[in-house]
Formats: sequence, C-alpha cells, structure tokens
Amino acid sequence: MSTEPLLEVRDLSVTFPSEAGPVAAVRKLSYHVMPGEVLGIVGESGSGKSVSSLAVIGLLPPRAMITGSVRFKGSELLGRSDKDMSTIRGRGISMIFQDPLSAMTPVYTVGDQIAEAVRIHQQVSDQAAMKRAVELLDLVGIPNPGQRASAFPHEFSGGMRQRAMIAMAIANDPDLIIADEPTTALDVTIQAQILEVLRKAQETTGAAIIMITHDLGVIGGAANRVAVMYAGKLVETGAVDDVFYRPRMPYTLGLLGSIPRLDSAEHMPLTPIEGAPPSLIHLPPGCPFTPRCPMRIEKCEQVEPELLPLHSSGSGHLAACHRSGEIEEGNLQSTDVFPANLIASTAVEMIPREQRPTMLEIRDLVKHYPLVKGAILHRRVGTVFAVDGISLDIREGETLGLVGESGCGKTTTIMEILNLTRPTAGSIAVLGKATAQMTDRERFAVRRELSVVFQDPMASLDPRMPISDILDEPMRTHGISIPERLRRTEELLQIVGLSPEHANRYPQEFSGGQRQRIGIARALALQPKLLVLDEPVSALDVSIRAGVINLLEKLRADLDLSYLFVAHDLSVVRHIAHRVAVMYLGKIVEIGNIDAVFKLPAHPYTQALLSAVPLPDPRKERARRRIILEGDMPSPANPPSGCRFRTRCQKFAGELNDNERQRCIDEQPLLRSPENSVGDHLAACHYAEGNAVLEDIVELER
Amino acid sequence: MTSRQSRSRLVVRRFIRRRLAVLGLFIVVMFFAFAYLGPAFYKWKFDKLDFTSLLEGPSGNHWFGTTQNGFDMFALTMRGLQKSLIIGLVGAVISTAIAAVAGAAAGYFSGWTDRAVITLIDLLLVLPGFLIIAILSPVFEGHTWLVFVLLLAAFQWMITARVIRSMTLSMKEREFVHAARFMGVSDWKIILRHILPNMSSFLIIDATINVSSLILAEVGLSFFGFGVQPPDISLGTLINDHWQSASTANGYQFYFPAVLLVLLVLSVNLVGDGLRDALDPNAKVGEQ
Amino acid sequence: MGKFLVQRFAYLVVLVVIATSSTYFLAAAALNPRSNFEGRNPPPSPEVVDSLLDSLNLNDKTPITERFERWVRGVTAWNLGDAIDGGSINDEMRRRMGVSLRLLLIGSILGSLAGVAAGAYGAVRQYGFSDHAMTFVSFCLLSIPTVVLSVFLANSGASLNNAVGQRVVYNTGEYTPGLAEWSGAGITDRLQHLVLPSLVLILQGFAFYSRYQRNSMLDVLGSDFVRTAQAKGLRRSRALIKHALRTALIPMGTFFAYEFALIFIGSIFVEKIFSWHGMGEWFVQSIQKNDVNATAAIGMFVAILVLIAGFLSDVVTVTLDPRIRRS
Repeated sequence: MSTEPLLEVRDLSVTFPSEAGPVAAVRKLSYHVMPGEVLGIVGESGSGKSVSSLAVIGLLPPRAMITGSVRFKGSELLGRSDKDMSTIRGRGISMIFQDPLSAMTPVYTVGDQIAEAVRIHQQVSDQAAMKRAVELLDLVGIPNPGQRASAFPHEFSGGMRQRAMIAMAIANDPDLIIADEPTTALDVTIQAQILEVLRKAQETTGAAIIMITHDLGVIGGAANRVAVMYAGKLVETGAVDDVFYRPRMPYTLGLLGSIPRLDSAEHMPLTPIEGAPPSLIHLPPGCPFTPRCPMRIEKCEQVEPELLPLHSSGSGHLAACHRSGEIEEGNLQSTDVFPANLIASTAVEMIPREQRPTMLEIRDLVKHYPLVKGAILHRRVGTVFAVDGISLDIREGETLGLVGESGCGKTTTIMEILNLTRPTAGSIAVLGKATAQMTDRERFAVRRELSVVFQDPMASLDPRMPISDILDEPMRTHGISIPERLRRTEELLQIVGLSPEHANRYPQEFSGGQRQRIGIARALALQPKLLVLDEPVSALDVSIRAGVINLLEKLRADLDLSYLFVAHDLSVVRHIAHRVAVMYLGKIVEIGNIDAVFKLPAHPYTQALLSAVPLPDPRKERARRRIILEGDMPSPANPPSGCRFRTRCQKFAGELNDNERQRCIDEQPLLRSPENSVGDHLAACHYAEGNAVLEDIVELER
Repeated sequence: MTSRQSRSRLVVRRFIRRRLAVLGLFIVVMFFAFAYLGPAFYKWKFDKLDFTSLLEGPSGNHWFGTTQNGFDMFALTMRGLQKSLIIGLVGAVISTAIAAVAGAAAGYFSGWTDRAVITLIDLLLVLPGFLIIAILSPVFEGHTWLVFVLLLAAFQWMITARVIRSMTLSMKEREFVHAARFMGVSDWKIILRHILPNMSSFLIIDATINVSSLILAEVGLSFFGFGVQPPDISLGTLINDHWQSASTANGYQFYFPAVLLVLLVLSVNLVGDGLRDALDPNAKVGEQ
Repeated sequence: MGKFLVQRFAYLVVLVVIATSSTYFLAAAALNPRSNFEGRNPPPSPEVVDSLLDSLNLNDKTPITERFERWVRGVTAWNLGDAIDGGSINDEMRRRMGVSLRLLLIGSILGSLAGVAAGAYGAVRQYGFSDHAMTFVSFCLLSIPTVVLSVFLANSGASLNNAVGQRVVYNTGEYTPGLAEWSGAGITDRLQHLVLPSLVLILQGFAFYSRYQRNSMLDVLGSDFVRTAQAKGLRRSRALIKHALRTALIPMGTFFAYEFALIFIGSIFVEKIFSWHGMGEWFVQSIQKNDVNATAAIGMFVAILVLIAGFLSDVVTVTLDPRIRRS
C-alpha cells in the first residue's frame, strides 16, 4: 500500500451568502484519506460534514464560495471545469446519498440508471452495460436481479434502493467512495445489511471510503480512522480506538458520554451537553464550543485552538483544545468533565408492579385498514393487518418501551390509543375506562389525563402561533380560567428549563431541543397521568438528546407520570424504560422487564435486533458476532402463515429440522414464558431460547 | 418586539427589493385614486355630453379625447376602470374564500364531504361557465352588478379548491394538527385556527391572481355584450364600442382603455409575483 | 387499470349529461327566440310565429320539459335540430369545427413547442440575460387580453401592408373567395390569412408554456436525483436534459391535454376580430340570436371537450409517470 494520501484536503472553506449574512459552513478544514482505508466523519447538524464532501466532488450550488485545496491522487480538484470533474465523478470518486428514493430519477428503471453509470465512463454497448448492471445488482444482494432491473425506484423497498445506489457507486471500480449518511433513513436490521454490503463493496473494489454520519455506533464498527467535526471545523481526529477510548477534546468527551448505550445498566446517568450547536453566521472569535464547554477558560473565548498532535499518543491523534494536555494527563472521563445527574428511584417504583394501579390496558387489540390502490380513483384491493392482536399494560410510575421497525404497527397502536375509539377488535382501557364505551363527553374528559409528545419538533408546533398560544391552547380548550392559564404557562416553561420571557416568540426561533421541550410542556399543561411519546428524541441532534432524555426522566419522577415510549432506537429505550415490548408485523413477539429481555432475549427477532444495533465501542464491535437478517419485512397486507417472522428467521433457516419448520409454517406461536426466563418475560416463539447476544453487559474498563 | 412584527417586516423588506413589484403596486394604487377620486376633480362627467367637440383627439380640455356623441373618453375610461377594479377585487375575495372553505372541508373531513365537494368541482368545471353567464346576462340587466360578480366567482374557485384540498390532506397528517386533535380541539376550530392560517401565503397569492383573471373574464364577457350591461360602463364595454376604429385616426378611443387595461392587469400580476417571492422565498430554486 | 378507466369514463359521461341538460334548461328559460320573430317588420301574426317556433322546437308556450324531451330524442338520433336562421345544426357544426381547427391547430402547436423549449432553456440558464428577457416578455404577453392583442396585430398587419405597398397579410377572413383551394395561389392565400391570427396564438402559447415549463423545471432542478446523475459523471447540461426535463414534463402533460381539447373555445376573440366563421363566432352569435338549440348543442360540445380533456390528461399522466402507472 502506497504511503501517498489518496485524497488530501487542506484549509477547505465554504461560505454561503444568505439574507442574514454569510454562512461559514466549512472553515479551514484539513484531513486526508489513505488508499483502502475507511475514514469516519462524525458531526451533527451545522457541523459542515455534508457540505465539505459535496465540495470535494464539486456539486455545491454555484453561489457557494470555496477556497482551499482538495488534491485527489496528486492533482487539484477545486476550480476545475464541470467537464473535467465529470470524468472523475462516478469513476475516481463516487458518492452515495442519504435518501435513496429522492436520489433516483422516478421515471427511469433502476437497471437503466445503473447501466447509465457504466456507459458514461466505459465504451460499451447498451446490452453490455445492462448486463453489467444486473451483475452489480446481484453483487449487492438483490434477489432476482434480472427481473428487478426493469423495475422503477418506487417499487423497491428502502433497503433495496440503497443497495441499488451502492451498485451504482461501484459500477466503475472507484478509488474513493463517499457515503453521506447512507443508513440514517433505514431501520436497524436493514442498516446492518447495508453496512455489510458496503463492507463487501469495499473488499471487491479496494476503494477507500469516507463514511459521514452522526451515529457514533456506526463509526465505531466501520471506520479505521475518525474525524470529529463541530461548527465547520475538525476538533479531533485519530485512529478509531484512540478517539473512542481516549478522547481529548471536551466535545468528543461529552458526545461519547451523552449517548445511551445498549450494553449499559438500566438508568445509568447520561452526561448531557448543555446548549446547542452555534449558528454559523457571525461566529464569535475563539473556540465555537466555548458556550457549552464546562472546561472553558478565558483563552477559549479569544483564540480558536489549532488542531495539534497530542503528546503521548501515537502519530495521527490530533485535538483542537487549549486544555487537551490536561485532559490527557488526567485521562479525564466524560463524567469528570460534564455533570451527570442520577435520577433517584421514586416511591412508586418501590411498590411491586402488580400492586400498582393500571394506567393503560390493551387486550387483543386489532386494527385493520382497507388497502387502496390507484392515485386517481381509490379502490379496495385488500386489507392491511396493521395491528393483529396485541396485549400489554402499563402501571403507575413505569415506562413501557414499544419497539419495532417501520411497518410493525407501533404507530398504528398509539394512534388507536389516542383516538379513543372502538378498535376493529379487542379493547383499550385508559385509566380504567374502556374506549369502546366512551361518550364524547367522557372522551373529552379523558383527554386531560392522556397526553402526547411527537417526534418532529419542527412539525409538532404550529409555526404560526407564538409559544404562549401553543401552551395556552389545551387549557383554553378545556375551559381553564385566563389568570390560571397565564400562571400555568409560566410554570410550564420553567419546568422544562426554558425562560418565561421567551413566551412571545415563535417556534422557528428556538433550537430543535428547545422546541421539543416546548412540546413536552404542552403535553403537561393539563396535568396528565399518562404520556404517549412517539420517538421524542430521534429527530434531535445527538448531543441534545441526553438533555431531553434526562428531562423526561426527571419529570416522570417529579410528577408521578407513566410513559408509553415508542422508539426504534433501542439504546434510548434501554436507558429510559422499565419494561419493553417488541413488535413485528402487527404482533408482540417479546415482552418483559427490560433487563430480562435485553440481557437474555428469547425470540430470534429480538436477538437479531439487538445484534444489529451498532455500539460506540470499536473493540466490542470488532469482536461481535452479528446476526444479519435476510430480505425485507413482508408487507402487512400479506403476512406469512403461521409464525410471521419465519421468512427471515435465522433459527428457521439454520437450526431447525424439517418437522420443526413445519410447525412454524402451520401454527402461530403464542406468548409464553421461555425456559430460564425471569419474571413475566414472555416470547412468542415455538423454540424460544434465551441468548445473551450482547455478551458483556458491564461497562468495560477503559 | 415579537417575532410576528419582525416577520411582517421581513416580508415587506423582501417585497420592496423587487422594484417592479413595487411599481406595480404603485400603479394599482394610482389607478384606484384616479378612478374613484378623479371624477371629483375632473371637469367632465362620464354622462355629460359636449356638443362642441365631437370625435376630437386628446387635448388639454378632454385628456383622452371625445367620442362621436361627445362623451369624454377620460371620464368614460375612469368610470369603466371603477367597475373593473371593484369586480376584480370583490370577485377575487369571494372566490378565494369559497375555495378555502370548500377545499379545506373536503381535505379534512374526507368521506362523503370530500366526494360531494369533488363532484361539485367536477360538475362546475364541465359546465360552460362563459356560456352560462352569457345566457343569464339579460337577467341582471338593470340589477346591481353583484349578481354578475357572484357568477364570475362561482366559476373561478374550482381549481384553487383542488389545490387547497391536497394541501389540507398533507397538512392534516402534520403533527401539530394531531396534537390539537388529541387535546380535544373541535374540527372546524382546527381548520380555522391551524390549517388555513398555514396556507395564508398561498391564499393571498391566489387572491391576487384571481383579481387579474376576473378582470379579464369581465372584459371578455362585456366585449360581446354579456356581462356589464348598458348604461353601465366597464373597460370591456368600451373596448367593444371602439375596437373597430382602432386602425383609423380615431384609434385613441380604443387605445386608451385598452392600454390602461393591459397596464392594470400587468401591475396586478407584478404585485402577485412580488408577493410570491416575499411570502415564500423557498419556492424558487437558487435564490439570489 | 382498465376497469378503473372505464369507471372514470362513466363518471365523466354522467357529468356531461348533467351539464348539457342544465345548459338546455337555462337556455330555454332565459333566451327569448320569440322576440326574433316578433321584432320583424312587418310583424307576422301570432299563429305564424307560433307555428314557426313549434317547428324549431323553440315555442315558449310548450312546457320546457316537453321541449327538452323532444330535443333529447333528436340528440340520441344524432340530430341536433335546426338553427333559428334555418339550416341543420349538424351541418353548421361540422363546417365550423373545420374552420376553427384550421385556424387554431398550427398556432397552438407552434406556440406550445416554442414555450416548452424556451421554458426549459430559461430554467437551465436561470438568471442569465436570456432568462430574464424571456420571463419579462412572457409576463407582459400574459397580461394582454386576447382581444387587445388581436386588434393590435390586425392593425399592425394593415400597417405592414401599407408600408410594403401590397397585401402581404390579411386580417379579415379565412381566404379570398374565388381561388381554387389546393392551387399554389390558393394555399399561399390561405397562409397569408392565417399568419396574423396564428401569431396571436403563438405568442400566447409561448408566454403560457414557457412560464409553466420554467416553474416546473425549477421545481425539479434542485432535486436529489439531478445531483445523483451528476455524481455519476453526467455533465450538468446532460443531466438536466435527460433527467430533469423528462421528470418536469409530467405536470405539463395535464396542460397539454387540456389545451388540445379546448382548442375550439379559446378562439372566440380571435374569430371575432379576424372574421373567421368558426365555432367561436357561432358560440357568441347563437346566444345573441336567442338560438336555444344551437346554444344547447354548443354547450354539449364544450362539455364533451372538457370530458375528453380530463380523460386525456389522466391517460397522459399515467403514461408519463411510472409511479402512478404501477402503484
């Protein structure tokens, strides 16, 4: 392997003009990539990671002002004409984008688009190009590649589409592949598949990969070297083990300490980073992390630190902090630098579960939808079995995590609960009252006790209403007097950690984390007892999530709340929930106390799910044995007979004999206690067997 | 200072930057002033004959000249302008209002309400609007022009309603609408408090476009003798009366109302375009 | 999908029936054909007037439902009745359809093609001088009512003739009578008559389509898939033409469908100013002449055109957009 860098970026700066002033999206960024290695670029929104990669490949809009140097295989890329760059794009350097649906042209078949990539750089006939396209589809693991090549992008599932994008990217054996958040839009098990495909693509082509993501777990498993970006600049870089186990810049320290981990014990403290990433217009002098840094000194506000090598670390580990020497000497951990608050157990949690009153009880809930086709005239062609018989309950003071991937029915479940109407079959009882029998008046009254927090902080607040009106609305609707409403609005803002003076402002003026706090405040306005939370932190930046999670914990303890917490992020659920229910294709496949289920999952799907979640722990990631599921989740309109998971089940495919398999095909498994299970842990599998998928569940000694 | 004030200021600032739009607004305001206030200051009234100057070109006395019968063209044109302006404005507001209510109801309530509204829209699109208004024109002879405006608006709202319906369908799934529903807010309150205000940019722009569409519709109908009926005067009736003399020396009788009409429509369109940029700058790719 | 199209078609047919019937009732109730005959000089006797009206199915003394029934029976036998001036409405319609088609076809096609090309070009060279110029011109053109534009061009034609000294273009009528239709002189003559009215259509078509095509393109230009096409190695212009334009045509398909189906109605102003005796002129005249049967026939004609337009636009959208085709 040669020692010359494949790609060398030096002092790259990108500035955009805007109404409010010039936005310095990338500021004097420097890094390099060696041939064949995987560089992970980590950053949150506003860090500039995507902009910098678009600058490398020359696809920024013309109004962007770019300075600096980008050298690829020795020659300069910046300033080249579109004609020159187009010979490099797709061959020397290719790119994979985040959203494969919008990234592919809707009017051409997938095969055509891949063949086009081949034809641009190679002098081949149309048939030869199409043949190559089919080969590539096969390489990335798409079944029936010959047939699928003549399908259109919207006919593929998300995972399949991303595979097709990867096929397009490797069509001409590139030297460098830039993958910009390639798995962010995908479910966890599909993410594991795609990362595997990328690994395979790298082996086949020998290409170097720049992996851009905000997910530290993905980086931990995939990258050789890591570059951490903040506010348009690199703040730390080095070998993956160095950065993950010996971070020397407070931002990296805080980031690694603030993410909830699947293998941590329940309710371990997170170290949230206060505040939010800065606006890139009119950045003040000095280090941009200063307002959020507990280690700040006067110098930090005046002089921006350079990215410098550390004393004792091997070559290549650089950090941009005036006090990185101190951090290195003391081998400071995130808990040493950032405040961590441990939430004490409440009185209610001490009472055994069975003796506490029931907040929510669901029995054999069924919800079916008619399946309609045709954009112009709707006609019914079948049924979507969105939720097909689930039962769960939530007691006072506890948090139940409802997890599953897209299409499993968790969203339908909470909508059924919140609608408070009679379901297709089964029963829902909120605070003891059955929804099927409720009168309108009763329903209206229950709405005071049942509240919801949504996922997207941008979309959950009406952009046309000031915060005071948003918080006022629930109280106004339920006839609370005006002076009481004013008093309570102030109180609510204080409870969630916002200043009441900002009540006149509009949602757009707040950061994502603040907006989510406002959403939480609104949910608490009428003093509810049960809160439904639909992925409340997945749309937030990583460094902000911990703060909101901690707030939710605190509120639950202070206000005697109970939570139904829906999420696809298992690490967050691990941290905040007492119990967990795993859903697949409209059914609950496993349910129980969270320690029991996560330490010793009994259902193959839960095992695969836990196995697929990447841990921000490079050593563990390298050592793990991964369970990779085949294919996609079947359509909820056409579920498999017997056990719904059998089409992807690793047990079915590997360990069972023919008789046992027949039982899976014929007979639907019911929830039962598996052998060697703890408490009320139930799993719906004929051959349920606990398997400690996450081997070490105690924090490794750093 | 609340952000609502600063948002309006931002909108105004963006609008002012489009100089043509400001020019358009200026012209429209001027037209209003001349049409309604002008007659108070101008010497000649639209129905007063001047026997001493028949079919004379523009002069200091008669700014736009006179007709064969001795009517003053300027007074006639201003009178016609009044009619066009008021028809445009009132009709546009009515049309947009109908579209908003019907479209939002169809999108929000779905089911039978949706089907009923869509069928009504389809039916009105198939009905020949021009024909129907033309047939009915003798009916509103002598009555106020309001019936005419209502009919014009009745055939104008359909396509906008369709767009509002699809905007409502997608907005209905937005989380802040869900939030309001799940806290117990009633349906129409949700439509009026949350859904329609979030379309206000579109509604304003649509109303502006409707103004010019309705002015042109009126001209078209009045040109053939449908629409505004004598003794009422509109720009359409004036064009009808005088287009045949356009190629002669007395062409000024045609060109003054015609040019003013074009200027009016152009100005309204400029204002509409400027509003679109000011209210929704993300609509255009690659803003300068 | 076939079943869906059939259902859709049936629905549209029902709408046309309702629309046509409503038009008939309105026309029969609001128009006053009796006044045509009574206004003659010397006025005929009431019995004569009545019998004339009866023969034409226009007698307001006959209950409206009876007249409607008689009319419908005629329509189902492909007979639209007689015009108030005499003569079969079927023949009149056939003749006038031909005239309007000849008037409008060339101008519409040229206008839309020019507009789409200009709009696409303008979107690609956004904010260039040519883009600004075209946008401004389109904007002004769209603000000029058809009447004014027609009068203006008619006069300009006359001025051109005066300047050159001989008749280069005609601004009245479809052809000069007396010339053999397919002879060299005949064809030249017809073209000379066609130039000015076609110019009106070309200018308007250009303005309309360039604006909408430009907007449609702009919507698509910032799309991710254009960026992907470039990331594969396509040059920007090629990526725009092959990927952006093709996708941007989808919404335009609806416009095209409506345009070509509604060709006839767009002509009322042009036909009046340039004295072509087509459907547009008849449209207006039949109302002015209180000709109930003709009015109802034209109303039905328009409704059917809108039906065809709607149906065509569905077909075009489904053809151009694979997302709808196979969803």
